[in-house]
Amino acid sequence: MPLWWPLLVASLLFAIGVYGVLSRRNAVLVLMGVELMLNAVNINFVAFDAQLRDVLHAGQTFALFTIVIAAAEVGLALAIVLLVFRTHGHIEVDGLRELADRDDPAELPAPQTASEGVA
Amino acid sequence: MSWVEAIFVLLSLVALGSALLVVTTPHLVHAALWLVVTLGSVAGIFLVLAAEFVAWVQVLIYVGAVVVLLLFALMLTRAPTGRQADLTVRRALPAALVAGLVGVLLAVTVVAGFRDVRLDLDHTMVGSAGATGTAVFTVWVLPFEVLSVLLLAALVGAIALSRLRADSSAARGDR
Repeated sequence: MPLWWPLLVASLLFAIGVYGVLSRRNAVLVLMGVELMLNAVNINFVAFDAQLRDVLHAGQTFALFTIVIAAAEVGLALAIVLLVFRTHGHIEVDGLRELADRDDPAELPAPQTASEGVA
Repeated sequence: MSWVEAIFVLLSLVALGSALLVVTTPHLVHAALWLVVTLGSVAGIFLVLAAEFVAWVQVLIYVGAVVVLLLFALMLTRAPTGRQADLTVRRALPAALVAGLVGVLLAVTVVAGFRDVRLDLDHTMVGSAGATGTAVFTVWVLPFEVLSVLLLAALVGAIALSRLRADSSAARGDR
């Protein structure tokens, strides 16, 4: 098998993940795009581990570490998503504009209280 | 084309097709279920590439835990189960353009850089549980420990974020 086969698959999977992150509005779907990108990186690690016949298994070990980091990231992101849902009532990422840069400070939206958002 | 290569191509096509469905389907829950297919076929790709232990960890952590967490997030945010037209941003074309550019750039680079390199899977070292465990607990033991601290920090952070909400609602109740 040529080495570029798994690398090409990883590149395309990464591009699909980039599209998911950029185009989805729901925060959980954005997270799914991030997961796709992390998986693409793992394919690269494992492919180079197999190609270099690494005695220390650096590629596979780093793939394991990436999986652990992804799990930690999803756990934290779930907490943040739930917190956003409690305070805003939705998790659409393009609806969260409190921190956006504005020319006119008077346009600032009134701070939303938590009781408004919860249905 | 040997049967290993045929299996690899098949798994790759399944992974890419279901990944496309993950980012385009108008059903929220279907996206999570297609993600299971993608992650499962990526685990199959790991098996073909002689990374046995990583493949099973992928099945356990990703297909088992991460997808369940994502489904929980969808449920707790009261995601509608029906078809939704507004799941993608209105101007998805620039996003597709950027993603396509990233894909073409990466693909051209790796294919041009590694065109002549062959992957000899008959003589590669299989990453069994024993081999990977020995590597993790001898050479990579320090990164492993740092990673456990990171997991602990993430755990504490998640708990702190959840308690933040409980405290503020309790304070509102007092007022």
